[in-house]
Amino acid sequence: MSGILAFQLYDWHFFFQQVVAGITVGSLYGLIALGYTMVYGVLKLLNFAHGDVYMIGAYIGLFVLTALGSPANPILPLVPMILLAFAAAMAGCSVLGVVIERFAYRPLRNAPRIAPLISALGVSFFLQQTAVLLFGANPRSYNTFELEQNSAGVGVLFHSTGAGNFSIQYIELVVILSTVVLMAALSLFVWRTRTGKAMRAVSFDREAASMMGIDVDRVISVTFLIGSALAAAAGVMTGLIYQQLNPYMGFGTGLKAFTAAVIGGIGNIGGAVLGGLLIGLIQTFTVAYLSSTFSDLILFSILVLFMLFRPTGIRGAPALQKV
Amino acid sequence: MSTNPPSPSDPASGPQIGADEWVRRSGERNTGPGGVVGFLQRVADRTPHILLLVAFLGFACAIPFLTTNVYVVGVATDTMLYVLLAVGLNVAVGWAGMLDLGYVIFYGFAAYLFAELSSAHYGIHWATWQSVPLVIAATIGLGFLLSLPSLRLSGDYFAIVMLFFLQIFNNFTANGYTWDWFGLGHPHDITGGPTGITNIDPWRLFGHALNPNKPQDYLWIASAGVFVIVILLASVNKSRTGRAWRALREDPLAANLMGMPVKWLGLLAIAVGAGVAGFAGTVNASYYQGVFPDAFTLQLLILIYAMVILGGAGSLGGVIFGAVAINVLLEVLTTPNHARWVFYAAVLLGLLAKVRPWKVLAAVLAGLVGFGLAMHAIAAAISARWVDGPIAVGPTAFSTHGFFATLIRHWVVLPKGTYEVSNYKPGNYAFVIVIAMVLTCTVLKGWKRYVLLVPTIWLGAFVWETDLVNQAATTRYLLVGALLITLMATRPNGLFGQQRVEIV
Repeated sequence: MSGILAFQLYDWHFFFQQVVAGITVGSLYGLIALGYTMVYGVLKLLNFAHGDVYMIGAYIGLFVLTALGSPANPILPLVPMILLAFAAAMAGCSVLGVVIERFAYRPLRNAPRIAPLISALGVSFFLQQTAVLLFGANPRSYNTFELEQNSAGVGVLFHSTGAGNFSIQYIELVVILSTVVLMAALSLFVWRTRTGKAMRAVSFDREAASMMGIDVDRVISVTFLIGSALAAAAGVMTGLIYQQLNPYMGFGTGLKAFTAAVIGGIGNIGGAVLGGLLIGLIQTFTVAYLSSTFSDLILFSILVLFMLFRPTGIRGAPALQKV
Repeated sequence: MSTNPPSPSDPASGPQIGADEWVRRSGERNTGPGGVVGFLQRVADRTPHILLLVAFLGFACAIPFLTTNVYVVGVATDTMLYVLLAVGLNVAVGWAGMLDLGYVIFYGFAAYLFAELSSAHYGIHWATWQSVPLVIAATIGLGFLLSLPSLRLSGDYFAIVMLFFLQIFNNFTANGYTWDWFGLGHPHDITGGPTGITNIDPWRLFGHALNPNKPQDYLWIASAGVFVIVILLASVNKSRTGRAWRALREDPLAANLMGMPVKWLGLLAIAVGAGVAGFAGTVNASYYQGVFPDAFTLQLLILIYAMVILGGAGSLGGVIFGAVAINVLLEVLTTPNHARWVFYAAVLLGLLAKVRPWKVLAAVLAGLVGFGLAMHAIAAAISARWVDGPIAVGPTAFSTHGFFATLIRHWVVLPKGTYEVSNYKPGNYAFVIVIAMVLTCTVLKGWKRYVLLVPTIWLGAFVWETDLVNQAATTRYLLVGALLITLMATRPNGLFGQQRVEIV
């Protein structure tokens, strides 16, 4: 009797909602973490600006949606409109990523380790303030809730499907599936193409790779291009689901995503997404069951502990220190 | 093709057997920077440093007697606080070479702790001579505590853990008014939340309360603090510990092999920096009569980093110079009228310093004037709306008379209606284009660069006049970010920093 009572008290519907929400936000962290993990792999650089590239991607998506007549009265059907937003954001951010690498990091290839880090902080800050200048300091909204509303006034992206206690919104499905697809595409690229092979070689030993005739600068550019495009995709998806954007959203998200990359074992593509999912779930459950105001405090405390005790990731091997 | 190896006796031909390349070229490295900076540096090197410090602080302390303008004295006080912060950060970043990204936590922690001990928030009103030493000691303790991760992590992993601490601190101070131990206790107001803690007691020394409405009191206290702290730090830097820090910065592994307590030195560097920030925090809380959660964020951290890097991390004088230069410059930029002159002066000085020979310089200047006038004429021919925008903007009206004002009105295109609330202003598009053009300029060589320079500067002036000059807060941080990137790419040792020993 008491068992049944406890079962009824426990809200399984709510629980599954949290699981889905956690996996969704975790997928976004994973997508951003891919950029961190690849850049760290080839350059050994913590690219602070990556989170802000993600933010800029979200704003480019918003710009496209607004230019196409805003979700309330769109001039294009739903799917091409969203695909256009993705294409523009990913293209714009690839260029941005390559430009950042070319002008902020390449001159510092042989500088002391601290120099590119400070430069990365400067780029991050510059991008934040550029966004404030161009888009305003106040939060902006995608208003995707207004896209093709049904009779109940719910946008088509937010319709739910599912069975029993389990339900999932279309947009959550879209995010999770696109993450899987993008990750698979990236894995194919890294493991099956010549450029991917070159990338792995540079990541393994940059000097040796350049002696083998690999154009290291080009490989690094490609790495930034792909990482930034993935971050832009995550940015547009953030806009589609959570709708709210602000110029400062990139930095904190970037920190979490970098930790996701560390948790998965830095340089490891599958691991980055796994780490992202773990952080997403922890964050969602913290907000739902512990405290919403102090969720950052709890999450970052957990991340500090993780960095302290497993700095090589959940399945990473201890790194050899080269002298 | 000759395959003969260079003869060992030929001194001009590269590396030699038995002679150390590094030693041979030490003379080249020791030639300092040329130009104005080099001259100033040579003068500064010949003068005893204590005299320079006394002269600088003497001038700062005399400011209240030179002007009755409270605003100026307030800026001087702010600057002195930044000097303290920059000098403290320099210990970890400049001397020990540790990327201490949690530095503003110590500043904020000290300010908050001082506020708790001397305000009506808890009804505690400790005397200054009790609370200040206690706060500084507690901040040093926190410095040791937060730098403990450096025992296990190094480099960027340690840096990111410090950033986590900063996020935790910001989250806690912003929401600390509903702290309930995660549901285990009753909600309890610790930090005052978004509105912070206000009505903090002033400093009280020898029965005399320092009035926060008269900033000179705090200017003098901060200057006295700078005096004591800089002398202490300079002697630490000359001591065994200072040398060990520098060894740690250059090569932690080698330092470790030489038997230096590397981990302990790192903790010590961050804790000493924390102590300096702790003192600055107590002054800050009293001077502003309040502590607020958004005062101790990443923006402040980046600002202090820019100060340390500009002057040259590792050089006390350079760091003080950096703090003064950046804070005064950013303060000037908050008034559109002054910001305008700073911009044109900076462009002119930059051209004078970088464009040689003078024929090219003259051509670029003439091209600039001609290009601007031509663009203005074209814009006016298209539509009068493009050129009759207001030049008088911001709190201080720009003088519409005078030669320069007239020149600028006929040189820069000022579209009407630029200042209306709209997110797609022409200045915004132009801003992105200017960034692209500036970056292209750095890649181009020879005459192409000078040709591109002309439209770049003109478009830059357009962006400045239509967009940046009205958004002082954003502009100042944009400049700080750009400064950090440029400095790291062109002059990572800052203006007065020592050239580092490069070990290949």
